[in-house]
Amino acid sequence: MSQANLRAGDTVLRLDNITKRFGALVANSGVTLDLKRGEVVALLGENGAGKTTLMNILFGHYQADEGRVEVFGQTLPPGNPRAALAAGVGMVHQHFTLADNLSVLDNITLGTESLWSRGKGRAVARARIAALSSEFGLAVDPDARVGSLSVGERQRIEILKALCREARILILDEPTAVLTPQETDALFDTLRKAIALGLSIIFISHKLHEVMAIADRCVVLRHGKVVGQVDTHATDRAALAALMVGSAVALPKAETRPAGPVLMRISKVSTRAKGTATGLSDLSLDLCAGQIVGLAGVSGNGQAALADLISGLLRPDQGRIEIDGAEPAAWSPRQAVNHQIARIPEDRHKTGTISDFNLTENAVLEAYSRPPFSRHGWMNWPAAQAFAKDVIAKYDVRCQGVLQRIRLLSGGNMQKLILGRVLEPGPKIILANQPVRGLDVGAIAYVQSRLIAARDAGAAVLLISEDLDEIQSLSDVIHVISEGRLSPGFARGSKTAAELGLWMAGQGFRAGDHAA
Amino acid sequence: MSDILEILLSASFWAAVIRIAAPLVLATMGELICERAGVLNLGIEGIMVIGAFTGWLAVYQGMPLWGGVGVAMSAGMLFGLLHATLTVPFGLSQHVVGLGVTLLATSTSSFAYRLALPEVTSPPKIEPFQPLDLPILSDLPFLGEVFFTQTAFTWFAFGSAVLVALVLFRTPLGLAVRAAGENPSAVEAQGLSVTGLRMGAVIFGSGLMAMGGAFLTLSAFSSFFFEMVNGRGWICVALVVFGAWMPGKAVLGAILFAAFDALQIRLQQTPLGADLPYQVFLMAPYVLSILALILMSRRAEVPAALMTPYNKGER
Repeated sequence: MSQANLRAGDTVLRLDNITKRFGALVANSGVTLDLKRGEVVALLGENGAGKTTLMNILFGHYQADEGRVEVFGQTLPPGNPRAALAAGVGMVHQHFTLADNLSVLDNITLGTESLWSRGKGRAVARARIAALSSEFGLAVDPDARVGSLSVGERQRIEILKALCREARILILDEPTAVLTPQETDALFDTLRKAIALGLSIIFISHKLHEVMAIADRCVVLRHGKVVGQVDTHATDRAALAALMVGSAVALPKAETRPAGPVLMRISKVSTRAKGTATGLSDLSLDLCAGQIVGLAGVSGNGQAALADLISGLLRPDQGRIEIDGAEPAAWSPRQAVNHQIARIPEDRHKTGTISDFNLTENAVLEAYSRPPFSRHGWMNWPAAQAFAKDVIAKYDVRCQGVLQRIRLLSGGNMQKLILGRVLEPGPKIILANQPVRGLDVGAIAYVQSRLIAARDAGAAVLLISEDLDEIQSLSDVIHVISEGRLSPGFARGSKTAAELGLWMAGQGFRAGDHAA
Repeated sequence: MSDILEILLSASFWAAVIRIAAPLVLATMGELICERAGVLNLGIEGIMVIGAFTGWLAVYQGMPLWGGVGVAMSAGMLFGLLHATLTVPFGLSQHVVGLGVTLLATSTSSFAYRLALPEVTSPPKIEPFQPLDLPILSDLPFLGEVFFTQTAFTWFAFGSAVLVALVLFRTPLGLAVRAAGENPSAVEAQGLSVTGLRMGAVIFGSGLMAMGGAFLTLSAFSSFFFEMVNGRGWICVALVVFGAWMPGKAVLGAILFAAFDALQIRLQQTPLGADLPYQVFLMAPYVLSILALILMSRRAEVPAALMTPYNKGER
């Protein structure tokens, strides 16, 4: 069967009974999947359901322990990306596979010519990129250094890479996770053009409304197994969500309550950009008792700087911060802890925990130098262990004991330990930076309900998230951050996702127009 | 001051600069290729020793001079293979493996030297590469002495730098090697073998390093003795950084270092040399190189994946 005389509806790709294990973990178990010409199949599932593993097997990054991959009727040799590319499979990875220091052109031409040839010259490649760019609406500057481009532009390069190799099957791994709603719409336009030309697409996501918008068919994975296949037009979001999770999980909803006094005030703070991280630009923000402030924005727009500022890692270059109406002396992480600021860091592996320390040590990372955990410079391990046991019991941390190394815990359990560590002392201010990233639905519901409970107990919460749904369902007030500037505060329900998306893309900000 | 000026204006000074730079250029290109592919090769010092020794031994046993160069390259590639196997597929620490290869190659040279020549007390000599005698060109004033009375091996060394630059920046192979040092997963995703590219770069680069060592015995001097490489390998590692991983700048760095070196030798014979201990002069090129390194390398773009092992299929 050759590619040329395929008709719509013919099977172009078949995954047959794929099983893959990583040690004791079964990532995929007997997965079978078909893809037809001109079809968009959404691969749905929670984090850890095995979606990315499955696609990495299809593309040859991993070798399946059992089963085989068939493309256009030919079985692919396992573990060979070159063969997958040659067969017409193109993959856009969730974490882009681009070399930042090379130009766009270099990244696209890499590996397209025989290594032992002199190279056909850049003009040919340039012309091809220009043609594909206009055909699919993927504008890029071929001479730009990839490191200087935005996330949306990088994604376009990844798609162009696949198209330049004449991919007939496109795999997109969570392509919208890093895009604004408007960029997502542009991506969908590109994909529709590709489908019209007879390409087939596998679209990995856990955002249900996007799946409903673009996919013809949904394949739902749970714990590495296919648990359902449904036509998109014959189902709805609730049914898909139930399939994904296995049971209906209700995420907590927070009702707006009157806010208390201002606990932390950030006035007109500016910070310099650090490397690629955006700084803050004349940013003012009040955190009030009993209120959740949601911070929406595309990642890399100053969220990290604001989080560092509040957690004491960064001092303002201009402007000031006040806690309970007074400016703290020599702002530092130690000061932040002393002012009862609870910090739930963005990256729990890198900055939230020390992987090779045990649960007890991690539980007292912030308070180890104070009684009861230490006295006169000596650690009081029994007190620390008692605290760890208390957190494990109260916050339902599933583990083997207080002496287990924390790296062996799942993401959700690690996050619960961090929650317990920072919430148990009864903080006044809570900085929750991407608190549910990478967690499954059950853990998400738990973490969110804990945050709401802390708010109801009178804490001021700043919730930083890239997930608009999460921001909208939890926040009493929503701010949007873009290029280090903060939008005015929007009351719950006063702005739609599309309107917030415009702010996220930088519209609505005027020079000198900052939040009151 | 007038002493220095007189030295800088003499043709023999510049001829010496080129001669001293040549082995550095070869070995620096070798290191540069390895690092561009993402592997720091600290075996360089030992690989230069093995190149100096095997090249010399081959010629001493009756091989032609270019045959000796070939033997040196092969021996270097063998140690390159060892380094590459341990650092690329096994992903071991590049520092530890590199230093290990240096110790192994250095001591293997000493051992083999004693085995091959048990009775010898003073190092035996060979007939090294002779200065070229080109019609007209060699007789040019100044330029003739500086450029056209060098040995063929010297020309080969500088030619190799041009070749390395062309391959790295003008061919698909060079692009793939650079990408392997920037982001191995990009290489993998385009269907190329990161392991193959990195191993190839380390093996070929080690061959160049060994030829740099062989230059010392086959062109600069005429015999092999221990300690002859004397830290040149480490200088080359610094020259790669000095050159910001660009072949052209690295060659300039090698010439700069060679100029400091040639200058200090000549300054020792001036009245200044009588006043200062000679160790000050020996030290000078290194001190000046460190200063130049500090000034030059501040804005350098390090290959992003340098010293990061790549394991296919790992989560």
